[in-house]
Amino acid sequence: MVQFPTNIRVQARLDNLYTLLEFVASCAKQQGAGEQRIREIDLVMEELLVNIFNYAYSERPGDVGIACRIDDAGRLLVEIADEGVPFNILTRDDPDCEAGIEERTVGGLGIFFVKRLVQEIRYRREGGRNILTLTVDPAPVLL
Amino acid sequence: MRLPFCEEGVYGGLDRGETMEIATRKESGAAVVSVKGRIDAVTAPEFEKGLLALMAGGDSTLVLNFNGLEYISSAGLRSILSTAKQLKAKDGKMLFAGLQGPVKDVFKISGFGSIFKIFDTEEEALRQI
Repeated sequence: MVQFPTNIRVQARLDNLYTLLEFVASCAKQQGAGEQRIREIDLVMEELLVNIFNYAYSERPGDVGIACRIDDAGRLLVEIADEGVPFNILTRDDPDCEAGIEERTVGGLGIFFVKRLVQEIRYRREGGRNILTLTVDPAPVLL
Repeated sequence: MRLPFCEEGVYGGLDRGETMEIATRKESGAAVVSVKGRIDAVTAPEFEKGLLALMAGGDSTLVLNFNGLEYISSAGLRSILSTAKQLKAKDGKMLFAGLQGPVKDVFKISGFGSIFKIFDTEEEALRQI
């Protein structure tokens, strides 16, 4: 049984991706998320974490922390924190989903998925940290 | 190190199990690539390497059978797009077959569903070559 709040902190590296996905999945399962929703949450977390690995820590290594807790309304909040360079993924432009193969790029697609799949996402820079807070309901949105 | 709510080493050791399996065979002048499991940031480089090796070996028509694919992220889409661009430059093409629920949805919301030819089954894709 997961007891909220609960948290994890590991080096921000691709090697640790599955450990971090599993951690958030276990929190979401406790809140009633099924297999479909877990896959959506995997996608959200992968997109955000890989961005942290690549951009927040592009120049030096560091840690990433995730905390799961329940807010006053009983909703799951997932907080992701790193101490990398200031990086607000929410300011990325949405991709041009109408472009053809030659013109098409995948830049910005990850955050586009994230915005579709969580109920709320907020960014703040605080005390040298990037902090993303997601509100994640247990019902599948799409996938 | 001061991360909010975070303590050292409180969790770990679990993984996602079987991650990705690729099988390739030649049929009707095409290379049929069947992918099972996940194409994510961890497995995408290996997936892309497999496709590039086929191209390097002279294959210019690739049929990707995603019937056993459970998950794809933007890292996987990036690999697909990069390979498709290189194929197109060589007058080759990439077709898709058997997309299942979550992968189908990711293709749909990313617009990949409209830039690529997608068929319900591998047989249908092979008939279109």
